[in-house]
Amino acid sequence: MFRNVAELVQLAETNQVKIAEIMIRQEIEVSGLTREEVIAKMDKNLTVMEQAVERGLNGVHSHTGLTGGDAVLIQNYIKSGKALGGTVLLDAVSKAVATNEVNAAMGVICATPTAGSAGVVPGTLFAVKEKLLPTREEMIEFLFTAAAFGFVVANNASISGAAGGCQAEVGSASGMAAAAIVELAGGSAQQAAEAMAITLKNMLGLVCDPVAGLVEVPCVKRNAMGASNAITAADMALAGVTSRIPCDEVIHAMFLIGQSMPSSLRETAEGGLAATPTGRRLEQEIFGSGNTVKLKNLIRS
Amino acid sequence: MKYRSAFDIIGPVMIGPSSSHTAGAARIGRVARTLFGKLPTKAIISLYGSFAKTYKGHGTDFAIVAGLLDLDTFDERMPKSLAIAKDLGLEVVFQAEEAVTDHPNTVKINLYGGDDELELVGISIGGGTIEITELNSFPLKLSGEHPAILVVHQDRFGIISAVTSVLSKYQINIGHMEVSRLDKGEMALMVIEVDQKIEDMVIEELSNLANVSKIIRMAE
Repeated sequence: MFRNVAELVQLAETNQVKIAEIMIRQEIEVSGLTREEVIAKMDKNLTVMEQAVERGLNGVHSHTGLTGGDAVLIQNYIKSGKALGGTVLLDAVSKAVATNEVNAAMGVICATPTAGSAGVVPGTLFAVKEKLLPTREEMIEFLFTAAAFGFVVANNASISGAAGGCQAEVGSASGMAAAAIVELAGGSAQQAAEAMAITLKNMLGLVCDPVAGLVEVPCVKRNAMGASNAITAADMALAGVTSRIPCDEVIHAMFLIGQSMPSSLRETAEGGLAATPTGRRLEQEIFGSGNTVKLKNLIRS
Repeated sequence: MKYRSAFDIIGPVMIGPSSSHTAGAARIGRVARTLFGKLPTKAIISLYGSFAKTYKGHGTDFAIVAGLLDLDTFDERMPKSLAIAKDLGLEVVFQAEEAVTDHPNTVKINLYGGDDELELVGISIGGGTIEITELNSFPLKLSGEHPAILVVHQDRFGIISAVTSVLSKYQINIGHMEVSRLDKGEMALMVIEVDQKIEDMVIEELSNLANVSKIIRMAE
Protein backbone atom coordinates (compact mmCIF):
# COMPACT_ATOMS: atom_id res chain seq x y z
CA MET A 1 0.00 0.00 0.00
CA PHE A 2 1.41 3.43 -0.95
CA ARG A 3 1.67 5.97 1.84
CA ASN A 4 2.67 9.08 -0.08
CA VAL A 5 2.96 10.53 -3.58
CA ALA A 6 6.64 9.58 -3.91
CA GLU A 7 5.79 5.91 -3.28
CA LEU A 8 2.82 6.11 -5.63
CA VAL A 9 4.96 7.51 -8.49
CA GLN A 10 7.67 4.94 -7.83
CA LEU A 11 5.17 2.06 -7.87
CA ALA A 12 3.82 3.25 -11.22
CA GLU A 13 7.33 3.66 -12.67
CA THR A 14 8.66 0.33 -11.38
CA ASN A 15 5.65 -1.60 -12.66
CA GLN A 16 5.50 0.52 -15.83
CA VAL A 17 1.78 1.12 -15.41
CA LYS A 18 -0.46 4.14 -14.91
CA ILE A 19 -1.19 5.50 -11.45
CA ALA A 20 -4.81 4.51 -12.08
CA GLU A 21 -3.69 0.88 -12.35
CA ILE A 22 -1.84 1.07 -9.01
CA MET A 23 -5.03 2.37 -7.36
CA ILE A 24 -7.18 -0.32 -9.01
CA ARG A 25 -4.80 -3.10 -7.86
CA GLN A 26 -4.78 -1.75 -4.31
CA GLU A 27 -8.57 -1.51 -4.27
CA ILE A 28 -8.88 -5.15 -5.39
CA GLU A 29 -6.56 -6.19 -2.58
CA VAL A 30 -8.19 -4.11 0.16
CA SER A 31 -11.82 -4.77 -0.78
CA GLY A 32 -11.58 -8.41 -1.79
CA LEU A 33 -13.70 -7.58 -4.85
CA THR A 34 -12.82 -8.72 -8.36
CA ARG A 35 -11.32 -6.35 -10.91
CA GLU A 36 -14.63 -6.28 -12.80
CA GLU A 37 -16.55 -5.39 -9.62
CA VAL A 38 -14.16 -2.58 -8.73
CA ILE A 39 -14.39 -1.13 -12.25
CA ALA A 40 -18.19 -1.48 -12.26
CA LYS A 41 -18.42 0.37 -8.94
CA MET A 42 -16.47 3.33 -10.33
CA ASP A 43 -18.52 3.18 -13.54
CA LYS A 44 -21.64 3.73 -11.41
CA ASN A 45 -20.06 6.77 -9.75
CA LEU A 46 -19.15 8.12 -13.20
CA THR A 47 -22.78 7.76 -14.27
CA VAL A 48 -23.93 9.73 -11.20
CA MET A 49 -21.45 12.49 -12.14
CA GLU A 50 -22.73 12.59 -15.73
CA GLN A 51 -26.32 12.86 -14.55
CA ALA A 52 -25.48 15.62 -12.06
CA VAL A 53 -23.69 17.72 -14.71
CA GLU A 54 -26.54 17.23 -17.14
CA ARG A 55 -29.07 18.31 -14.55
CA GLY A 56 -27.00 21.37 -13.67
CA LEU A 57 -26.55 22.39 -17.31
CA ASN A 58 -30.32 22.34 -17.71
CA GLY A 59 -30.57 24.92 -14.92
CA VAL A 60 -31.14 24.17 -11.25
CA HIS A 61 -31.70 26.42 -8.21
CA SER A 62 -31.19 25.82 -4.50
CA HIS A 63 -34.05 26.05 -2.00
CA THR A 64 -32.62 29.26 -0.59
CA GLY A 65 -32.22 30.86 -4.01
CA LEU A 66 -28.60 31.78 -3.21
CA THR A 67 -27.16 29.66 -6.04
CA GLY A 68 -28.21 28.22 -9.37
CA GLY A 69 -28.34 29.02 -13.05
CA ASP A 70 -24.72 30.13 -13.42
CA ALA A 71 -23.66 26.97 -15.30
CA VAL A 72 -26.23 27.86 -17.97
CA LEU A 73 -24.99 31.46 -18.19
CA ILE A 74 -21.41 30.29 -18.77
CA GLN A 75 -22.45 27.73 -21.41
CA ASN A 76 -24.41 30.40 -23.30
CA TYR A 77 -21.41 32.73 -23.10
CA ILE A 78 -19.13 30.02 -24.58
CA LYS A 79 -21.60 29.57 -27.44
CA SER A 80 -21.57 33.33 -28.13
CA GLY A 81 -17.94 32.96 -29.24
CA LYS A 82 -16.87 36.00 -27.21
CA ALA A 83 -15.07 34.04 -24.48
CA LEU A 84 -11.52 35.19 -23.73
CA GLY A 85 -10.47 32.08 -21.80
CA GLY A 86 -10.09 28.80 -23.74
CA THR A 87 -13.21 26.77 -24.47
CA VAL A 88 -11.99 23.71 -22.52
CA LEU A 89 -11.22 25.88 -19.50
CA LEU A 90 -14.60 27.61 -19.46
CA ASP A 91 -16.41 24.37 -20.20
CA ALA A 92 -14.72 22.84 -17.13
CA VAL A 93 -15.74 25.87 -15.06
CA SER A 94 -19.33 25.59 -16.23
CA LYS A 95 -19.54 21.84 -15.55
CA ALA A 96 -17.93 22.19 -12.11
CA VAL A 97 -20.50 24.87 -11.28
CA ALA A 98 -23.29 22.67 -12.67
CA THR A 99 -22.39 19.83 -10.30
CA ASN A 100 -22.17 22.06 -7.26
CA GLU A 101 -25.43 23.80 -8.09
CA VAL A 102 -27.07 20.36 -8.01
CA ASN A 103 -25.33 19.66 -4.69
CA ALA A 104 -26.57 22.95 -3.23
CA ALA A 105 -30.08 22.05 -4.39
CA MET A 106 -29.82 18.79 -2.38
CA GLY A 107 -29.67 16.71 -5.53
CA VAL A 108 -27.73 13.47 -5.99
CA ILE A 109 -23.98 13.86 -6.55
CA CYS A 110 -20.84 11.80 -6.05
CA ALA A 111 -18.47 13.24 -3.42
CA THR A 112 -14.99 13.84 -4.95
CA PRO A 113 -13.46 13.91 -2.35
CA THR A 114 -16.27 15.80 -0.59
CA ALA A 115 -19.69 17.09 -1.60
CA GLY A 116 -18.70 20.74 -1.26
CA SER A 117 -15.83 20.12 -3.70
CA ALA A 118 -17.72 17.63 -5.89
CA GLY A 119 -17.63 19.82 -9.01
CA VAL A 120 -13.92 20.01 -9.77
CA VAL A 121 -13.08 16.41 -10.75
CA PRO A 122 -16.14 15.73 -12.96
CA GLY A 123 -16.12 19.30 -14.32
CA THR A 124 -12.57 18.98 -15.63
CA LEU A 125 -13.09 15.38 -16.81
CA PHE A 126 -16.15 16.20 -18.93
CA ALA A 127 -14.44 19.29 -20.38
CA VAL A 128 -11.13 17.65 -21.40
CA LYS A 129 -13.22 14.73 -22.70
CA GLU A 130 -14.37 16.95 -25.57
CA LYS A 131 -10.77 17.42 -26.67
CA LEU A 132 -9.06 14.12 -25.74
CA LEU A 133 -12.02 11.88 -26.67
CA PRO A 134 -11.27 9.17 -24.07
CA THR A 135 -12.96 5.76 -23.99
CA ARG A 136 -15.32 4.94 -21.10
CA GLU A 137 -12.53 2.86 -19.60
CA GLU A 138 -10.11 5.79 -19.71
CA MET A 139 -12.67 8.02 -18.01
CA ILE A 140 -12.99 5.45 -15.22
CA GLU A 141 -9.19 5.38 -14.98
CA PHE A 142 -9.23 9.18 -14.64
CA LEU A 143 -11.31 8.74 -11.48
CA PHE A 144 -8.92 6.12 -10.07
CA THR A 145 -5.95 8.43 -10.70
CA ALA A 146 -7.79 11.22 -8.89
CA ALA A 147 -8.64 8.77 -6.09
CA ALA A 148 -4.98 7.76 -5.65
CA PHE A 149 -3.87 11.36 -5.06
CA GLY A 150 -6.89 12.11 -2.87
CA PHE A 151 -6.13 8.98 -0.85
CA VAL A 152 -2.65 10.33 -0.03
CA VAL A 153 -4.01 13.75 0.99
CA ALA A 154 -6.81 12.23 3.10
CA ASN A 155 -4.39 9.99 5.02
CA ASN A 156 -1.53 12.50 5.41
CA ALA A 157 -3.42 15.78 5.76
CA SER A 158 -7.20 16.19 5.56
CA ILE A 159 -10.11 16.42 3.14
CA SER A 160 -12.39 18.05 5.70
CA GLY A 161 -13.19 21.77 5.68
CA ALA A 162 -13.96 21.61 9.40
CA ALA A 163 -10.49 20.19 10.05
CA GLY A 164 -8.39 21.92 7.38
CA GLY A 165 -10.35 24.67 5.63
CA CYS A 166 -11.32 24.87 1.95
CA GLN A 167 -7.73 24.13 0.90
CA ALA A 168 -8.44 20.60 2.18
CA GLU A 169 -11.62 20.33 0.09
CA VAL A 170 -11.47 22.33 -3.14
CA GLY A 171 -7.65 22.39 -2.84
CA SER A 172 -7.48 18.59 -2.66
CA ALA A 173 -10.08 18.18 -5.41
CA SER A 174 -8.15 20.51 -7.73
CA GLY A 175 -4.87 18.71 -7.12
CA MET A 176 -6.55 15.36 -7.75
CA ALA A 177 -8.10 16.67 -10.98
CA ALA A 178 -4.83 18.19 -12.23
CA ALA A 179 -2.97 14.91 -11.73
CA ALA A 180 -5.74 12.92 -13.44
CA ILE A 181 -5.84 15.31 -16.42
CA VAL A 182 -2.08 14.87 -16.88
CA GLU A 183 -2.36 11.10 -16.90
CA LEU A 184 -5.35 11.12 -19.27
CA ALA A 185 -3.44 13.43 -21.63
CA GLY A 186 -0.54 10.96 -21.73
CA GLY A 187 1.78 12.61 -19.20
CA SER A 188 4.03 10.60 -16.89
CA ALA A 189 3.34 9.65 -13.28
CA GLN A 190 5.94 12.20 -12.17
CA GLN A 191 4.27 14.91 -14.27
CA ALA A 192 0.96 14.06 -12.60
CA ALA A 193 2.61 14.57 -9.21
CA GLU A 194 4.05 17.91 -10.39
CA ALA A 195 0.59 19.04 -11.49
CA MET A 196 -0.86 18.08 -8.10
CA ALA A 197 1.92 20.02 -6.33
CA ILE A 198 1.53 23.12 -8.51
CA THR A 199 -2.24 23.17 -7.99
CA LEU A 200 -2.19 22.62 -4.26
CA LYS A 201 0.51 25.27 -3.76
CA ASN A 202 -1.91 27.78 -5.22
CA MET A 203 -4.74 26.68 -2.96
CA LEU A 204 -2.80 26.81 0.33
CA GLY A 205 -4.43 28.89 3.02
CA LEU A 206 -7.89 28.89 1.45
CA VAL A 207 -10.37 29.11 4.31
CA CYS A 208 -13.80 27.52 4.72
CA ASP A 209 -16.24 30.37 5.40
CA PRO A 210 -19.67 29.32 4.10
CA VAL A 211 -22.37 31.99 4.32
CA ALA A 212 -25.15 30.89 6.69
CA GLY A 213 -23.37 27.54 7.04
CA LEU A 214 -24.79 26.51 3.67
CA VAL A 215 -22.74 24.83 0.95
CA GLU A 216 -23.51 27.57 -1.56
CA VAL A 217 -21.65 30.87 -1.14
CA PRO A 218 -18.71 30.82 -1.89
CA CYS A 219 -18.49 27.02 -2.40
CA VAL A 220 -19.98 26.88 -5.91
CA LYS A 221 -17.61 29.50 -7.33
CA ARG A 222 -14.62 28.02 -5.50
CA ASN A 223 -15.27 24.86 -7.50
CA ALA A 224 -15.16 26.97 -10.66
CA MET A 225 -11.76 28.39 -9.72
CA GLY A 226 -10.59 24.96 -8.57
CA ALA A 227 -11.37 23.55 -12.01
CA SER A 228 -9.52 26.33 -13.86
CA ASN A 229 -6.57 26.03 -11.46
CA ALA A 230 -6.42 22.27 -12.19
CA ILE A 231 -6.41 22.71 -15.97
CA THR A 232 -3.77 25.46 -15.83
CA ALA A 233 -1.51 23.39 -13.57
CA ALA A 234 -1.99 20.27 -15.74
CA ASP A 235 -0.95 22.26 -18.82
CA MET A 236 2.08 23.63 -16.97
CA ALA A 237 3.18 20.15 -15.89
CA LEU A 238 2.63 18.76 -19.40
CA ALA A 239 4.75 21.64 -20.72
CA GLY A 240 7.57 20.39 -18.51
CA VAL A 241 7.25 22.81 -15.60
CA THR A 242 8.13 21.23 -12.26
CA SER A 243 7.41 22.21 -8.66
CA ARG A 244 10.46 23.21 -6.62
CA ILE A 245 8.70 21.91 -3.49
CA PRO A 246 7.93 18.17 -3.83
CA CYS A 247 4.25 17.16 -3.81
CA ASP A 248 4.42 15.37 -0.43
CA GLU A 249 5.93 18.43 1.22
CA VAL A 250 3.19 20.63 -0.22
CA ILE A 251 0.60 18.23 1.22
CA HIS A 252 2.30 18.37 4.62
CA ALA A 253 2.40 22.18 4.46
CA MET A 254 -1.34 22.13 3.75
CA PHE A 255 -1.88 19.93 6.82
CA LEU A 256 0.13 22.29 9.07
CA ILE A 257 -1.65 25.38 7.71
CA GLY A 258 -4.99 23.68 8.44
CA GLN A 259 -3.85 22.95 11.99
CA SER A 260 -3.03 26.60 12.61
CA MET A 261 -6.25 27.94 11.08
CA PRO A 262 -8.61 29.41 13.66
CA SER A 263 -11.89 27.59 14.16
CA SER A 264 -13.79 30.64 12.84
CA LEU A 265 -12.35 29.86 9.37
CA ARG A 266 -13.00 26.11 9.44
CA GLU A 267 -16.62 25.55 8.45
CA THR A 268 -18.25 27.28 11.41
CA ALA A 269 -19.78 30.19 9.45
CA GLU A 270 -18.24 32.54 12.02
CA GLY A 271 -15.53 34.26 9.98
CA GLY A 272 -14.49 35.31 6.47
CA LEU A 273 -17.28 35.82 3.93
CA ALA A 274 -19.84 34.39 6.39
CA ALA A 275 -19.11 37.31 8.74
CA THR A 276 -19.42 40.09 6.13
CA PRO A 277 -22.44 42.40 6.46
CA THR A 278 -24.04 40.80 3.41
CA GLY A 279 -23.19 37.29 4.61
CA ARG A 280 -24.87 38.02 7.94
CA ARG A 281 -27.89 39.60 6.27
CA LEU A 282 -28.38 36.55 4.04
CA GLU A 283 -28.10 34.27 7.07
CA GLN A 284 -30.76 36.33 8.84
CA GLU A 285 -33.06 36.22 5.80
CA ILE A 286 -32.74 32.46 5.42
CA PHE A 287 -32.81 31.28 9.01
CA GLY A 288 -34.16 34.20 11.00
CA SER A 289 -32.75 34.56 14.49
CA GLY A 290 -31.61 31.09 15.45
CA ASN A 291 -34.96 29.69 14.38
CA THR A 292 -34.94 26.45 12.40
CA VAL A 293 -38.60 26.53 11.43
CA LYS A 294 -38.08 28.42 8.20
CA LEU A 295 -35.54 25.97 6.80
CA LYS A 296 -37.73 23.01 7.66
CA ASN A 297 -40.63 24.66 5.83
CA LEU A 298 -38.38 25.11 2.83
CA ILE A 299 -37.32 21.48 2.91
CA ARG A 300 -40.81 20.08 3.21
CA SER A 301 -42.23 22.24 0.43
CA MET B 1 -4.55 4.80 7.77
CA LYS B 2 -7.95 6.40 8.26
CA TYR B 3 -8.97 6.04 4.61
CA ARG B 4 -8.53 2.64 2.99
CA SER B 5 -10.54 2.64 -0.21
CA ALA B 6 -10.59 4.58 -3.50
CA PHE B 7 -14.33 4.85 -2.91
CA ASP B 8 -13.76 6.77 0.32
CA ILE B 9 -12.31 9.45 -1.99
CA ILE B 10 -14.51 9.09 -5.11
CA GLY B 11 -17.79 8.60 -3.28
CA PRO B 12 -20.17 8.24 -1.63
CA VAL B 13 -23.04 8.85 -4.02
CA MET B 14 -25.19 11.08 -1.89
CA ILE B 15 -27.80 13.78 -1.47
CA GLY B 16 -26.10 17.18 -1.08
CA PRO B 17 -24.96 19.50 0.25
CA SER B 18 -22.09 18.22 2.45
CA SER B 19 -20.25 14.88 2.59
CA SER B 20 -19.19 15.34 6.21
CA HIS B 21 -22.27 17.20 7.50
CA THR B 22 -24.92 15.39 5.42
CA ALA B 23 -23.68 11.97 4.18
CA GLY B 24 -21.36 11.37 7.16
CA ALA B 25 -24.06 12.49 9.58
CA ALA B 26 -26.56 10.14 7.91
CA ARG B 27 -24.08 7.28 8.23
CA ILE B 28 -23.60 7.93 11.96
CA GLY B 29 -27.37 7.97 12.40
CA ARG B 30 -27.67 4.71 10.50
CA VAL B 31 -25.00 2.98 12.61
CA ALA B 32 -26.92 4.11 15.72
CA ARG B 33 -30.10 2.64 14.23
CA THR B 34 -28.36 -0.64 13.41
CA LEU B 35 -26.90 -0.90 16.90
CA PHE B 36 -30.29 -0.08 18.44
CA GLY B 37 -31.88 -2.73 16.25
CA LYS B 38 -35.25 -1.04 15.74
CA LEU B 39 -36.90 2.33 15.18
CA PRO B 40 -36.61 4.29 18.43
CA THR B 41 -39.53 6.32 19.79
CA LYS B 42 -37.32 9.17 20.93
CA ALA B 43 -33.93 10.53 19.87
CA ILE B 44 -31.91 13.26 21.55
CA ILE B 45 -29.24 14.51 19.16
CA SER B 46 -26.48 16.69 20.63
CA LEU B 47 -24.28 18.52 18.12
CA TYR B 48 -20.80 19.86 18.80
CA GLY B 49 -18.27 22.11 17.02
CA SER B 50 -18.87 22.75 13.32
CA PHE B 51 -21.90 20.44 13.47
CA ALA B 52 -23.47 22.73 16.08
CA LYS B 53 -22.65 25.91 14.16
CA THR B 54 -23.76 24.88 10.67
CA TYR B 55 -26.21 22.01 11.02
CA LYS B 56 -29.13 24.02 9.68
CA GLY B 57 -27.36 25.02 6.48
CA HIS B 58 -25.80 21.63 5.88
CA GLY B 59 -28.93 19.60 6.59
CA THR B 60 -27.14 17.70 9.36
CA ASP B 61 -30.44 17.50 11.27
CA PHE B 62 -32.47 15.75 8.58
CA ALA B 63 -29.45 13.63 7.59
CA ILE B 64 -29.01 12.12 11.07
CA VAL B 65 -32.73 11.48 11.32
CA ALA B 66 -32.67 9.85 7.85
CA GLY B 67 -29.97 7.54 9.19
CA LEU B 68 -32.14 6.72 12.21
CA LEU B 69 -34.89 5.82 9.70
CA ASP B 70 -32.37 3.45 8.03
CA LEU B 71 -32.18 5.49 4.81
CA ASP B 72 -29.08 5.39 2.60
CA THR B 73 -26.90 8.45 1.80
CA PHE B 74 -28.42 8.69 -1.69
CA ASP B 75 -32.06 8.22 -0.68
CA GLU B 76 -34.05 11.12 -2.13
CA ARG B 77 -36.46 11.03 0.81
CA MET B 78 -33.60 12.29 3.02
CA PRO B 79 -34.56 16.01 2.99
CA LYS B 80 -38.07 15.04 4.16
CA SER B 81 -36.87 12.76 6.97
CA LEU B 82 -38.05 15.04 9.79
CA ALA B 83 -41.63 14.83 8.54
CA ILE B 84 -41.33 11.07 7.95
CA ALA B 85 -39.99 10.57 11.49
CA LYS B 86 -42.95 12.46 12.92
CA ASP B 87 -45.38 10.29 10.95
CA LEU B 88 -43.66 7.13 12.22
CA GLY B 89 -43.84 8.29 15.83
CA LEU B 90 -40.17 9.14 16.34
CA GLU B 91 -39.77 12.22 18.50
CA VAL B 92 -36.55 14.10 17.79
CA VAL B 93 -34.85 16.74 19.94
CA PHE B 94 -31.80 18.68 18.72
CA GLN B 95 -29.33 20.33 21.07
CA ALA B 96 -26.49 22.59 19.88
CA GLU B 97 -23.74 22.19 22.49
CA GLU B 98 -21.04 24.70 23.40
CA ALA B 99 -18.50 22.18 24.74
CA VAL B 100 -15.31 21.81 22.70
CA THR B 101 -14.69 18.26 21.46
CA ASP B 102 -11.54 16.64 20.05
CA HIS B 103 -12.99 16.60 16.54
CA PRO B 104 -14.97 19.57 15.14
CA ASN B 105 -17.70 17.34 13.66
CA THR B 106 -18.98 15.43 16.68
CA VAL B 107 -22.50 14.22 17.48
CA LYS B 108 -23.90 12.38 20.48
CA ILE B 109 -27.07 10.40 19.85
CA ASN B 110 -29.29 9.09 22.66
CA LEU B 111 -31.99 6.67 21.56
CA TYR B 112 -34.97 5.43 23.56
CA GLY B 113 -37.59 2.80 22.75
CA GLY B 114 -39.48 0.60 25.20
CA ASP B 115 -37.01 -0.41 27.91
CA ASP B 116 -34.01 0.05 25.62
CA GLU B 117 -31.60 2.96 25.67
CA LEU B 118 -28.46 3.62 23.67
CA GLU B 119 -25.88 6.39 23.73
CA LEU B 120 -23.47 6.75 20.86
CA VAL B 121 -20.82 9.33 19.96
CA GLY B 122 -19.69 9.62 16.36
CA ILE B 123 -17.36 11.87 14.40
CA SER B 124 -17.46 12.72 10.70
CA ILE B 125 -13.85 12.98 9.58
CA GLY B 126 -14.35 14.18 5.99
CA GLY B 127 -15.62 13.00 2.62
CA GLY B 128 -18.42 10.99 4.24
CA THR B 129 -16.07 8.75 6.24
CA ILE B 130 -17.04 8.33 9.89
CA GLU B 131 -15.85 6.82 13.15
CA ILE B 132 -17.96 5.77 16.12
CA THR B 133 -15.88 6.71 19.14
CA GLU B 134 -18.13 5.86 22.08
CA LEU B 135 -20.99 3.46 22.77
CA ASN B 136 -22.84 3.47 26.11
CA SER B 137 -19.78 5.12 27.69
CA PHE B 138 -17.37 2.53 26.25
CA PRO B 139 -14.65 4.10 24.14
CA LEU B 140 -14.29 2.29 20.81
CA LYS B 141 -13.33 2.72 17.18
CA LEU B 142 -15.80 1.55 14.61
CA SER B 143 -15.93 2.68 10.98
CA GLY B 144 -19.24 1.09 10.06
CA GLU B 145 -17.72 0.10 6.72
CA HIS B 146 -17.03 -3.53 7.56
CA PRO B 147 -19.23 -6.24 9.02
CA ALA B 148 -18.74 -6.20 12.77
CA ILE B 149 -19.78 -8.02 15.91
CA LEU B 150 -20.20 -6.21 19.19
CA VAL B 151 -20.13 -8.43 22.25
CA VAL B 152 -21.40 -7.03 25.56
CA HIS B 153 -20.07 -9.28 28.31
CA GLN B 154 -18.85 -9.57 31.89
CA ASP B 155 -15.12 -8.90 32.32
CA ARG B 156 -13.92 -12.48 33.03
CA PHE B 157 -10.84 -14.48 32.02
CA GLY B 158 -11.17 -16.67 28.94
CA ILE B 159 -14.06 -14.80 27.33
CA ILE B 160 -11.97 -13.37 24.47
CA SER B 161 -10.62 -16.83 23.74
CA ALA B 162 -14.15 -18.31 23.78
CA VAL B 163 -15.45 -15.69 21.32
CA THR B 164 -12.51 -15.93 18.94
CA SER B 165 -12.70 -19.74 19.02
CA VAL B 166 -16.25 -19.55 17.65
CA LEU B 167 -15.11 -17.18 14.88
CA SER B 168 -12.18 -19.44 14.10
CA LYS B 169 -14.51 -22.46 13.87
CA TYR B 170 -16.56 -20.68 11.19
CA GLN B 171 -13.37 -19.49 9.44
CA ILE B 172 -14.16 -15.81 9.99
CA ASN B 173 -11.09 -13.56 9.76
CA ILE B 174 -10.75 -10.64 12.20
CA GLY B 175 -9.63 -7.33 10.66
CA HIS B 176 -9.69 -5.20 13.79
CA MET B 177 -10.53 -6.01 17.39
CA GLU B 178 -10.60 -4.15 20.68
CA VAL B 179 -11.84 -4.69 24.19
CA SER B 180 -12.81 -2.08 26.76
CA ARG B 181 -14.42 -2.30 30.17
CA LEU B 182 -16.07 0.05 32.60
CA ASP B 183 -14.11 -1.39 35.52
CA LYS B 184 -12.28 -4.60 36.51
CA GLY B 185 -14.76 -7.48 36.63
CA GLU B 186 -17.62 -5.23 35.44
CA MET B 187 -19.43 -4.89 32.12
CA ALA B 188 -17.13 -4.98 29.08
CA LEU B 189 -17.44 -4.51 25.34
CA MET B 190 -15.64 -6.35 22.55
CA VAL B 191 -15.68 -4.83 19.07
CA ILE B 192 -14.66 -7.17 16.27
CA GLU B 193 -14.52 -6.03 12.64
CA VAL B 194 -14.43 -9.01 10.30
CA ASP B 195 -13.90 -9.63 6.59
CA GLN B 196 -16.75 -12.05 5.98
CA LYS B 197 -20.52 -11.97 6.27
CA ILE B 198 -21.68 -13.15 9.69
CA GLU B 199 -24.31 -15.91 9.58
CA ASP B 200 -27.14 -16.28 12.11
CA MET B 201 -25.71 -19.47 13.59
CA VAL B 202 -22.50 -17.67 14.52
CA ILE B 203 -24.48 -15.03 16.39
CA GLU B 204 -26.54 -17.72 18.11
CA GLU B 205 -23.46 -19.64 19.22
CA LEU B 206 -21.83 -16.47 20.54
CA SER B 207 -25.02 -15.55 22.45
CA ASN B 208 -24.94 -18.89 24.26
CA LEU B 209 -21.42 -18.38 25.62
CA ALA B 210 -21.08 -17.95 29.39
CA ASN B 211 -20.85 -14.33 30.62
CA VAL B 212 -22.04 -12.91 27.28
CA SER B 213 -25.07 -10.68 27.80
CA LYS B 214 -25.67 -9.30 24.32
CA ILE B 215 -24.47 -9.69 20.74
CA ILE B 216 -25.01 -6.97 18.16
CA ARG B 217 -24.34 -7.67 14.51
CA MET B 218 -23.48 -4.93 12.04
CA ALA B 219 -23.71 -5.79 8.37
CA GLU B 220 -21.73 -3.86 5.77
